[in-house]
Amino acid sequence: MVTKSIPVLPFAWYERAQRRKQSALTPIWEVLDQVKDPEIPVLSIWDLGVLCDLQAIDGKYVVSITPTYSGCPAMETIRADIAAALEAAQLQPYEIVTRLSPAWTTDWLSPQGREQLQAYGIAPPAGGGCAHAQGLTPEAGIECPHCSSSNTRRISEFGSTACKALFQCQDCQEPFDYFKHF
Amino acid sequence: MSDFNLKAATQEYATRLGDDAVVLGHRLSEWTSNGPFLEEDIALSNVALDYIGRARMYYTYAAELAGNGKTEDDFAYTRDMREYRNLLIHELPRGDFAYTMVRQLLVDVFNTYYLPELAKSADSTLAGIAQKAIKETRYHLRRSHEWTLRLGDGTEASHQRMQRALESLWGYTHELFDADPLELQLADAGIGVHNAALRPTWLAQVSAILTEATLTVPKDDWAVRGGRVGYHTENLGHLLNDMQFLHRAYPGCQW
Ligand SMILES: [Zn+2]
Repeated sequence: MVTKSIPVLPFAWYERAQRRKQSALTPIWEVLDQVKDPEIPVLSIWDLGVLCDLQAIDGKYVVSITPTYSGCPAMETIRADIAAALEAAQLQPYEIVTRLSPAWTTDWLSPQGREQLQAYGIAPPAGGGCAHAQGLTPEAGIECPHCSSSNTRRISEFGSTACKALFQCQDCQEPFDYFKHF
Repeated sequence: MSDFNLKAATQEYATRLGDDAVVLGHRLSEWTSNGPFLEEDIALSNVALDYIGRARMYYTYAAELAGNGKTEDDFAYTRDMREYRNLLIHELPRGDFAYTMVRQLLVDVFNTYYLPELAKSADSTLAGIAQKAIKETRYHLRRSHEWTLRLGDGTEASHQRMQRALESLWGYTHELFDADPLELQLADAGIGVHNAALRPTWLAQVSAILTEATLTVPKDDWAVRGGRVGYHTENLGHLLNDMQFLHRAYPGCQW
């Protein structure tokens, strides 16, 4: 297994990490870490960036979440899973609020989340670079999560879910999902 | 302006935008399992989902402003054709693949200019919805643009179908740039968008893409209007019949 270079962390991620680090609610954040993205079950909603914030307001836990894409069908399940996790840990009362702004971006993926995607066989979003100036998916060159070759080509901009595009590796011939830069 | 109720107007505006999104989303969803090949089937379904997601956000906001216990579902499923306020271009039947792609191109370019304006709205919810939608629209446009080039500058048959679709849709594009007094007042209040101002840039970009695709920009010699006042083509009735049947037959059903 080739060791991959770690990309420079986006500032948006740093801000998120600071918010969590400065929170006094560490055990509750950890309860929420049990909640995974239903479509990519290795990825917690924190690592995905869907979980924005957690606060204790007037004796109530207020959990803020944000949808990835407008039509993300996983949001209902995520809400239900958060409720179940909090109730199982007897953390009540709570409220789950949806935030639309600022809009979710793949810059909120945690470094750990990127590694988990890779290990799961999904190429993490390529950051920066001129191919991504408009935030779109390049036609080729996304690193294959199976053999690390960059000799790959885009098959379809829209993959199995809105957040993924479909690629194929020209070296190992495996098709793979690419988590789109967004 | 003393009789102008900003909250009620914003609710109406959010409903209109929700209507645009749900109707086009439904039309696109009709391609699910009918796409020309698997990747395209998935892509159209994904775009449909983006629009239905937008509709949900706009309707949820409209319901919140209405404050009468109604939900997004009431907006989508229990209003009749005359109560729908979507622009007509969104309700026209999906037609063939060329027709669907031409409509997407015209609407995607419009959204490319409209959404960044709405993202500056003084209303933070509308601005937030627009900020999300902008990014999706970039992906949508790249796809409709590529298909327009491929089919317009493709075979004789594909070129003809594209040109035919363009001719039959063009008269419905004028309504995209209209505004009634409510929308004008909202735009003046910094909440809505002055749509009319977007037409020159829209026309320039659409014309450039069509020319590159060897297609002819149609003449502006006809226009159909009426969506924002509830006058629709017969097609919306059929669409609602399909979309609302289950909810009306089994109110509040869940599975
Ligand atoms: Zn490979």
